[in-house]
Amino acid sequence: MVDTPHNTNIDRHDVEAVNKKENRPLYKKREKIHPKRVNGGFRRLKWWIMAATLGVYYIVPWLRWDRGPGIPDQAVLIDIPARRFYFAFIEIWPQEVYYLMGLLILSAFALFLVTSLVGRAWCGYTCPQTVWTDLFLVVERFVEGDRNKRIKLDRAKLSLSKITKRIIKHSIWLLISVATGGAWVFYFADAPTFFVKLVTLDAPFVAYATIGILTFITYTFGGLMREQVCTYMCPWPRIQGAMMDESSLTVTYKEPRGEPRGPIHKGQSWEGRGDCVDCNACVAACPMGIDIRDGQQLECITCALCIDACDTIMDRVGRPRGLIGYATLSGEEPPKDKKTLVHNLLRGRVLAYTSLMAIVGGVMLYALLSRSDMDINVLRDRNPLYVKLSDGSVRNGFTFKILNKSHLQRTFMLKVNGVDSPEITVVGNHRLNGGMHHFVVEHNRVKNYRLFIAVPGSQINSASADIEFVLTDIDTGQTSTYDSVFRGPEK
Amino acid sequence: MSDNKHIDDVTGVETTGHEWDGIRELNNPLPRWWLWVWYASIVFSIGYWVLYPAWPYPGGYTKGLIGTTSRMEFIEDMKKAKALQAPYEQKLSQATLEQVRTDPELLEYAMAGGKSAFSVNCSQCHGSGAQGFKGFPNLNDDEWIWGGTLEDINFTITHGVRNETDDEAHSTDMPAFLQDEILTPSEIADVSEYVMSLSGTSTDAVSSKKGQVIFAEQCAACHQAAGEGSTDLGAPALNNTIWLYGGDKKTIMETVSNSRKGVMPAWGQKLNADVIKKLTIFIHSLGGGQ
Repeated sequence: MVDTPHNTNIDRHDVEAVNKKENRPLYKKREKIHPKRVNGGFRRLKWWIMAATLGVYYIVPWLRWDRGPGIPDQAVLIDIPARRFYFAFIEIWPQEVYYLMGLLILSAFALFLVTSLVGRAWCGYTCPQTVWTDLFLVVERFVEGDRNKRIKLDRAKLSLSKITKRIIKHSIWLLISVATGGAWVFYFADAPTFFVKLVTLDAPFVAYATIGILTFITYTFGGLMREQVCTYMCPWPRIQGAMMDESSLTVTYKEPRGEPRGPIHKGQSWEGRGDCVDCNACVAACPMGIDIRDGQQLECITCALCIDACDTIMDRVGRPRGLIGYATLSGEEPPKDKKTLVHNLLRGRVLAYTSLMAIVGGVMLYALLSRSDMDINVLRDRNPLYVKLSDGSVRNGFTFKILNKSHLQRTFMLKVNGVDSPEITVVGNHRLNGGMHHFVVEHNRVKNYRLFIAVPGSQINSASADIEFVLTDIDTGQTSTYDSVFRGPEK
Repeated sequence: MSDNKHIDDVTGVETTGHEWDGIRELNNPLPRWWLWVWYASIVFSIGYWVLYPAWPYPGGYTKGLIGTTSRMEFIEDMKKAKALQAPYEQKLSQATLEQVRTDPELLEYAMAGGKSAFSVNCSQCHGSGAQGFKGFPNLNDDEWIWGGTLEDINFTITHGVRNETDDEAHSTDMPAFLQDEILTPSEIADVSEYVMSLSGTSTDAVSSKKGQVIFAEQCAACHQAAGEGSTDLGAPALNNTIWLYGGDKKTIMETVSNSRKGVMPAWGQKLNADVIKKLTIFIHSLGGGQ
C-alpha cells in the first residue's frame, strides 16, 4: 500500500456500537465487545498508569518500616485483632477512626475536583475496574489475537485449538484474580510470614474465603462483565454530571469539523465535506461499545483510546490530529494561552472543591501533627448518678481509661480539678505515692480503672459541677485532660 | 398461548396474552441478574434443607447431614467460653477473698462475673446500679446493716436475712413496739423525734428529750447508746442521713410501731460458692467495701 497522504484508502471497520442508544433495550443479554488495540500517546500513558497502580497494589504490603521491638514492621498494615492501623510513621487507634473519615472526605473532594476539571479521568485511567479490565484484555489479545481474530474465534466451531486458547486465557485470568485476592489479605497480616502460612495451608479460613471472594469478583468483573459494571452497577456515572460544567474537559468528537462524514476515495478532494472518513476506528477501539460521535454518553469512561485510534487515521489521510480529542463541554478546545487557562481554573466549583480540600487536609494535618501519644477517657456512672455516704459526703463513680500509645511503659498521675478536697479511690490500684495514685500502663495499651471521687457534703453547692481530669506523665510532664461533671443531690 | 405471541403496538413489548375488557398486560420479564439471584437462593435453600434440620414429620424431624443446629452451635460456643474461663475459675475457687481483691487479673475477672450475676439475681430488688429502693439497701454507700467486709458480704449473700430456709440466716429482729404494746403512740412519737435528733433533723427539743429516755431503755441495746448501730445484730446506724425506709418522722414512727422484718433469700442454696465469691467482690468494689 502506498502511503501518500492524500491517496490513502482507509479500511472501513464493519462495526456497530453495541451500546448505541437505539440498541439498548432494558432486558437485552450482554453483547460481547471486542476492542481493537490502538497505539498512541494516551495508550502509552495508560500503560504507565496501569504499571504504577498495579505496582502500588502488589508491592505496598511488602514494604517494611521499623517501629522498634514488639511492634509490626510492615509499612502499611491494618491489624484488626490488635485494632491498630499502621501507615508508615502514622499509627491509628480505633478511637481515631476520624482520620479515616477525613481521608474519605478528602478523596471524595479530589474526585469531584478532577471531574470538574477533566471529566471522568478517574474512570478512564485509574479506576481498578478499568485497570484490571485493561489487564485482562492484554491477556485476551496475547492468547486469542486482536479484534478480528477474536471475532472469528468466537464464531468458529468448537475445535481443539479453540478449546486450548480458551483454557489458556481463562487460566491466566484466574491466576491474575487469585493474585489480586491474594495481595489484598497481605494488607491485614505480616506479609512474609503470612505468605508462608497461605502456601502451607496454615492460614485461617477467613483468609482463604476472602481470597476466594475477591478472585471470583476480579474474574467476573474483569473478564466477563467489564463495561456492564460501569454502566449498570457503578453509581458514579450517574452522579458525575453534577460535577461538570461547560468548562470541564472531556473526550469529544468535534462534530463541526467532522461532518458531513463519509468514506474518502483516492484523489478525492476535502472540499465541502468533513474530516471524518467514517472508518469506525473509534468504535472498534472503544471498550465500552459506544460511538463517541453520538456525543456525550453515560457509558463513556473517557479512556481516550478513541483519540489515539482517530489520530492514527488522521495521520494517514493527512489531516490534522484531534478530530476526536479533549474539549470542553461547550465545545471549546482545551485552553492554550495563560489567560483562558487561568479563567478556566478560577471557576467557582474548582475554587470551592479546592478550598474544601485545603480545609479538610489542613484540619487533618493539624490533628496528625498535634496528635498525642497518651490519652484519657472518662465515663461517669449514670446508675446511680451519685451516692450519699454516711458522713454526709457525696461520691461519684467513674470508669477511667488510660491510652498509652507510645512504645514505652509509662507511669501517670491523676489530678481532678473543679471540686474542693476530692478524695480519690481507685479499685484495685494500690500504687500510691505521697497520697497520689500512680498508674502504670504498659506500652501500646489501654488500661481500665474504676475510680471513685468523694467530696465532703459541705463543699457541694450545686447538683452538678464541671470537673476536669488531668493526667500527667510523671517522667515527661506531658498532660491529657478530660472534662466531666460531678453530680450531687438537688439543693 | 405461547404460539401466538401478541406484541403491543405502542411499546413493542410482548403481552401476557390475557385480555380483560380490551386491556392487555405487558410482559416485561425480570432483570436477568435478579432471576439468577432467585435461582441461586433456591439452590441455597435446598442445600440448607439437606444440611440442617428442616422438615418435621410425625414423631420427629429431619436432622440434616452435618448433624448440627444453631442451638448445638450455641452450646459449643458456651463450652469454648467455659474452657477459656476454666483457668480463672480454678484460681478463683482456690483463692481467698482477700487474695482475689489484690490480684488485678483475678479482680477484673471476678468483677465482670459478679456484675453479670448481679444483673441476673440481685438487680430485681437492689436495682440495676445496686442503688437500692425503699427497704432494699443501697449497696454503693458505706453503711452496712450486716457488715461491709468481704467476709460479711459473702456471709450475707450465702445465708440471707430472716428467711425460713437457712438456719444460719441473719435472724435478729426488731420488736413492733406498737403492735406488741410495748410503747404508746405518744412515746413512739417522742422516740422518733430523738432518733431524728441523732442525725440533726429534729425540730422538737422537748419531745426529743423525752424520747432519749425511752431510747436508752428500749433501743440502745441494739442500736447502741449513740445510735451508731451494730452490724452483728443488723441494727442500722441511726446517726447518719442514710435511711433504708426513710428518715422523716412519719416513716420512722411507722418503723418503730410495726417493725420492718426485711427478708433476703439464702443464695447459697441457689448459686455455687464461686459465683457468690464473684458477687462479693463486685459488691465490695462498688465503693463501700470495708
